[in-house]
Amino acid sequence: MPRLDGRELAAIAAGGALGAVARVWIGRHVTSAGGSWPWATLVINVSGSFALAYLATRLQERLPQSTYRRPLLGTGFCGAYTTFSTMQVELLKIVELHRYGVAVAYALVSIAAGMAAIWLATSIVRRTGAIA
Amino acid sequence: MARNLDRTSHRGDRVSVWLWAAVGAGGSVGAIGRFLLDSLVAEHAGRDFPYGTFAVNISGTLILGVLTGSSLAGNVLLIAGTATIGSYTTFSTWMLESHRLAEDRQFRRARLNLGVSLFVGFGAAFVGHAIGAQL
Repeated sequence: MPRLDGRELAAIAAGGALGAVARVWIGRHVTSAGGSWPWATLVINVSGSFALAYLATRLQERLPQSTYRRPLLGTGFCGAYTTFSTMQVELLKIVELHRYGVAVAYALVSIAAGMAAIWLATSIVRRTGAIA
Repeated sequence: MARNLDRTSHRGDRVSVWLWAAVGAGGSVGAIGRFLLDSLVAEHAGRDFPYGTFAVNISGTLILGVLTGSSLAGNVLLIAGTATIGSYTTFSTWMLESHRLAEDRQFRRARLNLGVSLFVGFGAAFVGHAIGAQL
């Protein structure tokens, strides 16, 4: 186990709390009936992927080393805001309703849109340079 | 999952502050748990492949499957499942690590990370759900 940094853990905990609250809040406002197209999770996962790639690329390639931005916003917020397990359980519910086409589409669209969001955010940071 | 919160919010559309605090606390616990397991796995299995995120996502999906398959409902499921396990697992890091593998021209590893996580994750949700239904 690497040595634990109390402040780093606190930053992750704070970001994780905000990420979970944001995800639940969006889930409340973008409701979808069980087994139908899970808009809330899709929007959350794609927007969170964009945010993480933007942050990670800037921290790696543009900004000076910062100790707590990555754990707070990356590991904490973006990590907790986006969710892999909810997507899988939603897929399972869709499959249980025998809506196989919807399940395949949801899986493929999640991955394609997630990867596109990462690529887009990374490109934006690299092309525009450091804007504050 | 959102419906669980709605049930408490019908009166004047106000959700209890305590419920939101519990959601936040669940998110903190989940994020810390992810960081710890990811660090532990990466340290032992190496960093050539994102084994840490894989371990987190599969274990979390198994647990969420158990929770949703069981008779848990309402705010308990919201806090333990959606808030805590939802925050423990992560989609964005999975995407970022896959993209970075592809960027390093490690296309096979990128495809493996995407495909294996998707299929094993689905299997974990299925098995978890079946276990939860037996409880």
